[in-house]
Amino acid sequence: MGSATIQEVRAAIASGKATATAIAEEHYARIATEDGPSGKGINSFLALSRDRALEQAAKIDAMAAKGDALPPLAGVPVGIKDVLTMKGSPATAGSLILKGYMPPYDATAVTRMEAAGAVLLGKLNCDEFAMGSSNENSAYGPVHNPRALDRVPGGSSGGSAAAVAAGFAVASLGSDTGGSIRQPAAFCGVVGVLPTYGRVSRYGLIAFASSLDRVGPFATNVRDAATMLGVLAGQDAKDATSSDRPVGDYVGALAKPVKGLRIGVPAEYFGEGLDAEIRAAIERALDGLREAGCEVKTIALPHTKYAIPTYYVIATAEASANLSRFDGVRFGFRAGAGTQTLSEMYRETRDQGFGAEVKRRILLGTYVLSAGYYDAYYRKAQQVRTLLTRDFLAAFAEVDAIVAPITPTPPWKLGEKTADPLQMYLEDIYSVAASLAGICAMSVPCGETASGLPIGVQIMGRHFNEETMLRVGLAIETA
Amino acid sequence: MADVAGVTMDEVQRVAELANLDLTAEEVPRMQRDLNAILGHIAQLNELDTTGVPAMAQVGEMLGAAVESTGASLRADAKRPSLDRAAVMASAPESDSRFFKVPKVIER
Repeated sequence: MGSATIQEVRAAIASGKATATAIAEEHYARIATEDGPSGKGINSFLALSRDRALEQAAKIDAMAAKGDALPPLAGVPVGIKDVLTMKGSPATAGSLILKGYMPPYDATAVTRMEAAGAVLLGKLNCDEFAMGSSNENSAYGPVHNPRALDRVPGGSSGGSAAAVAAGFAVASLGSDTGGSIRQPAAFCGVVGVLPTYGRVSRYGLIAFASSLDRVGPFATNVRDAATMLGVLAGQDAKDATSSDRPVGDYVGALAKPVKGLRIGVPAEYFGEGLDAEIRAAIERALDGLREAGCEVKTIALPHTKYAIPTYYVIATAEASANLSRFDGVRFGFRAGAGTQTLSEMYRETRDQGFGAEVKRRILLGTYVLSAGYYDAYYRKAQQVRTLLTRDFLAAFAEVDAIVAPITPTPPWKLGEKTADPLQMYLEDIYSVAASLAGICAMSVPCGETASGLPIGVQIMGRHFNEETMLRVGLAIETA
Repeated sequence: MADVAGVTMDEVQRVAELANLDLTAEEVPRMQRDLNAILGHIAQLNELDTTGVPAMAQVGEMLGAAVESTGASLRADAKRPSLDRAAVMASAPESDSRFFKVPKVIER
């Protein structure tokens, strides 16, 4: 398992103990032996960007040789979820419909990683168009959980979580629309951060649901996640939804003790359906926070049970609009070579190019937006979204951070839940409310089950107060 | 809310047409079953009285962002370089390097 941290990699390069080139080669060697079917069959990488990575590593090595100051991610091997564009590498979004698409530009998150010295190893597997909670919806095969190979890594950023857990990358980028960073982080035993809506640019992110989609990091520990977030955060002229609020000093904030912080525990997140071992692990994390001087109190988020129905109306409605651009005209795959008309070509391309879950969500989203149903479903869900957000705004008037489970169960076995889409959606019960409300949230490892499966705990923070959330995360990690 | 027990096979076909999806004969009943299960769950939203509650499109509007501050975060409306046309056209399944080529649009 990978144990190197960002700090260790940077220190080793700065002191001349290692080169960025050698570190990149080591990671590629581990991927070559373990990721494929002849190794552990984890299947986390969809494409490797070897030339680009080694060119960047040589640049870092030249800087180190000259004794130049090294940027914050100097020589750090990073993997990129395949919903972000990276020039020179294919972008599939886990879908057949984008097979062969070579995007002519870098996502802003990718540009920022590289400008900070990161060595980008390649593109990581995910659920098709980031739609899924198990990574079993990828057209390129499921990802296996490095901590238990017969189990799912979570989704949709399953490859991003697995690559970090397996030591294929020191950190990675993912995207989170309804839990797609936090849930796989918990399932694979790594740290995952959902930044506040607007904190990180989405330019170059293949859109699923634009009022919910966010880009964020995976890392092996909270400090590394804070370092990654510091590089990613900030306004971008190419994304009008990115915020002009000043970016915090996320790593610096970690030095402040958590003593005196008020921690809210929402009763609604500890009801029926929560696994007993996860409940116990979170109780232990809360005890640790009490010992560190936090005031832990029960709070109410009364509309929590409506988060899943609200989410699946809004996310699918937006997806049905966003995914209309995949029609065989501008990028990727086109079917129906013999078709006579444009509309036949559209339909054949989309029928062959999209998998079952994507079609299901497009249909649901088209239905809830169609004439006669718009007010009953879409407008109603938008109103409930207001109520869910008000719940959080009221809670954050009383507490500085909220601690809750992120998944109701530990990772399940591959194939166990694929037959029933509604059951799979219900797994998102603890993750989607934060997505709808636009607040920041993260998942931090907090122990494991008796059978050795990782358990994560969710920390939710106020809009644009990543600092406090990260401090609580560090306190749980080090307790 | 509309009658949630009742998305018919015909409605599934109609929605598929609206979405430019060509469902196979096996896919239609499966999608009908799944949509009805999910819509049944969504029907819970009916328990809430949302009279007078504003609809939320995204979070910015809930944070009291004034119109002026929203405007200030937009970039100047000025001409700037964009992607290279040849590189963009190279991604298309069929193009003459200036235009995207598609099958006949107007049927007669």
